[in-house]
Amino acid sequence: MSAPSDAAVAAGAGAPPPVHHPGGRQAGPYPGHPAAAARFTADVARAHWHDESLWFVRVKRDRAAAQLPAWERLRELAEQIKAHALANLAGYLEEFERNATARGATVHWARDAADHNRIVHELLSARGVTRVVKSKSMLTEECGLNPYLEARGVEVVDTDLGERIVQFRGEPPSHIVLPAIHIKKEEIGALFHEKLGTAAGASDPKYLTEAARGHLREKFLAAQAGITGVNFAVADTGAVVVCTNEGNADMGTALPPLHIACMGLEKLVPRAEDLGVFLRLLARSATGQPVTTYSTHFLGPKPGGELHLVLVDNGRSALLARDPFRRALSCIRCGACMNTCPVFRRSGGYSYGTTVPGPIGSVLGPAQGPGAHATLPFASTLCGSCADVCPVRIDLHHQLLAWRRELVAGGHAPAGKTLALRVTAWIFASPWRFAAAGRLARAALRLLPRGLVARLSGAWGRQRELPAPPAESFRDLYRRTHGRP
Amino acid sequence: MAARQAHNRGVMPTVALFVPCYVDQLYPQVAVATLRLLERHGCRVVFPPEQTCCGQPMANAGQAADAAPLARAFLDTFAGYDHVVAPSGSCVAMVRHQYPGLAPDHPALQQVRASTYELCEYLHDVLGVRRVEGRFAAKVGLHRSCHGQRELRLASGSERQVPPFDKVKTLLSTLEGITLVEPSRTDECCGFGGTFAATEEAVSCLMGKDRLDDHARAGAEVITGVDMSCLMHLDGLARRERRPVRILHVAEVLLGEAA
Ligand code: SF4
Repeated sequence: MSAPSDAAVAAGAGAPPPVHHPGGRQAGPYPGHPAAAARFTADVARAHWHDESLWFVRVKRDRAAAQLPAWERLRELAEQIKAHALANLAGYLEEFERNATARGATVHWARDAADHNRIVHELLSARGVTRVVKSKSMLTEECGLNPYLEARGVEVVDTDLGERIVQFRGEPPSHIVLPAIHIKKEEIGALFHEKLGTAAGASDPKYLTEAARGHLREKFLAAQAGITGVNFAVADTGAVVVCTNEGNADMGTALPPLHIACMGLEKLVPRAEDLGVFLRLLARSATGQPVTTYSTHFLGPKPGGELHLVLVDNGRSALLARDPFRRALSCIRCGACMNTCPVFRRSGGYSYGTTVPGPIGSVLGPAQGPGAHATLPFASTLCGSCADVCPVRIDLHHQLLAWRRELVAGGHAPAGKTLALRVTAWIFASPWRFAAAGRLARAALRLLPRGLVARLSGAWGRQRELPAPPAESFRDLYRRTHGRP
Repeated sequence: MAARQAHNRGVMPTVALFVPCYVDQLYPQVAVATLRLLERHGCRVVFPPEQTCCGQPMANAGQAADAAPLARAFLDTFAGYDHVVAPSGSCVAMVRHQYPGLAPDHPALQQVRASTYELCEYLHDVLGVRRVEGRFAAKVGLHRSCHGQRELRLASGSERQVPPFDKVKTLLSTLEGITLVEPSRTDECCGFGGTFAATEEAVSCLMGKDRLDDHARAGAEVITGVDMSCLMHLDGLARRERRPVRILHVAEVLLGEAA
């Protein structure tokens, strides 16, 4: 099973040559989270701006959640429904296929990203389609669909405004709900001036949005097929539900005769009434809105049209078999864990080097193979805020810790750090060694020149003072004042 | 085991003081303050000298094999006491939540887990303290360290929609002369994160400076908290930039200025 390759996306034919935008994705091989994050935070003002933008969304989420007295109960229900659906996934997938097929949709099964891309392309080429509009879908990002289709002569236009912006820049989304959150409105103005001929220097969001609407309108009218993602697939009705704020999924599927909806296997919910739980949670968690502007239920093709559903595994069934990480498959991609993550807010989505970044991305990334994205589970303080905002209560920070154990056991953690902690553990294993080492270290801290200490303390000392060492440890003081107990 | 427990019902419990390794070596005054605070509230306190480290640095780095012997040694050392109290939220969270995975068969596992408390949690929940005698005349900002906040639930937290409570703030607020000031982000992480502080130095330091700025805007003259590790990081950043703020452990503040 081939893992979704971000490198393939980056190298995809049709992608414009790499241009470096401030705060944008860096060209060259992914250097791991610490280095990528250090590059982002080097522009402190920008890192603060990014942090504040996302914190604003987090606060909106808090306010929206506070308005539902049953919020925590809804989260528990969502967790349980997802756990149940995943534990009985095979049955629900079959039920979904039966019901969707009965409504006239065609269901396709894709083992991996390559399968998915081939299926979509065959559907398009069999109907002579060369112009496609696509609404937001992290799955097609994961599979690298755009470059695959572009290399085969199909124009794919992302119609979500944020996605269109990053598509113009030749970048992937930096956030799963807010794909262009890393780009300032002045930079969007300059981009639109170049791509859409808006007035030079214009950065009024309303004006720019209007220009994008005009541009996208032409694309909608010219499209021969619409591709969408899926937020929820309902087993007992065979419906797929797509939530957007811009109505672009509806525009993109209303006009052309062909609608292809692409989804991961984990999108299943058992019953239509379960949406009463998930739709309440999704938009409030994602943006702090009570509900997304459009929540469209696609029940079979429209008259005279075709509806194709591509169900993709791409590593999901392997993850399902893997405790404790299977819980990560409950994710409804609301982005709340990113908005609350104090690291993500300051390091930016691209610092993760994955399609899905942030806390959930740091759980999903390493599952792609031994040593893949090995720095991500360590790119967290384990503060646990992610787990407390997650609408399906994924224990994200505990999963990150579980990944650390797996990576260390598999030899994928930095050897120097592992050894240092092993030696420390050996010192700690004996109260005598501990006391002796402590005395030595405190003496060294006191006696060595301050500059040398700062240099020896490495990453700690570049921006931080070390504590002023006391002459006596507590244990020595206690023995002196209390004697041996 | 007699020395590890109060002899008869009705007398105050025997508390084994657990002093985190770095507090022992670098912040003995915090351990002293903890000891005196517990004694002031009527506890008989002992310091078992065999203790070293709970194993958290290794466990949180994913080195379970290196942490397990330290977990077992901890359980040996603290088995049988009425209560174990530590001036640290993260070390207590380690005992409570990670020891079952590290020392599943240790005979004292459940007993020690159930009787180990963070200092403020112990004062508030076990001793039922609602008023702390003492005076601390300063503007104080409380840094709500993450493991105390979200693993021990010392406060309701900004994320969850539950009836509000805050055990540490409740205790601090009863000190004479104290003015508690709130940063705009009430429980954001300081960026310490154990080895994160070194491996992700850039983000770690930016997070810490942002916390210092937030507390400064709120007017804090003193920043306090339950975990000296977070405070060591904040103090290191503050001293390097010569910021006019004092960083004190909550035990030192609760003991009052006269201490
Ligand atoms: S892990 Fe939870 S919080 Fe994060 S995107 Fe998924 S559902 Fe949202």
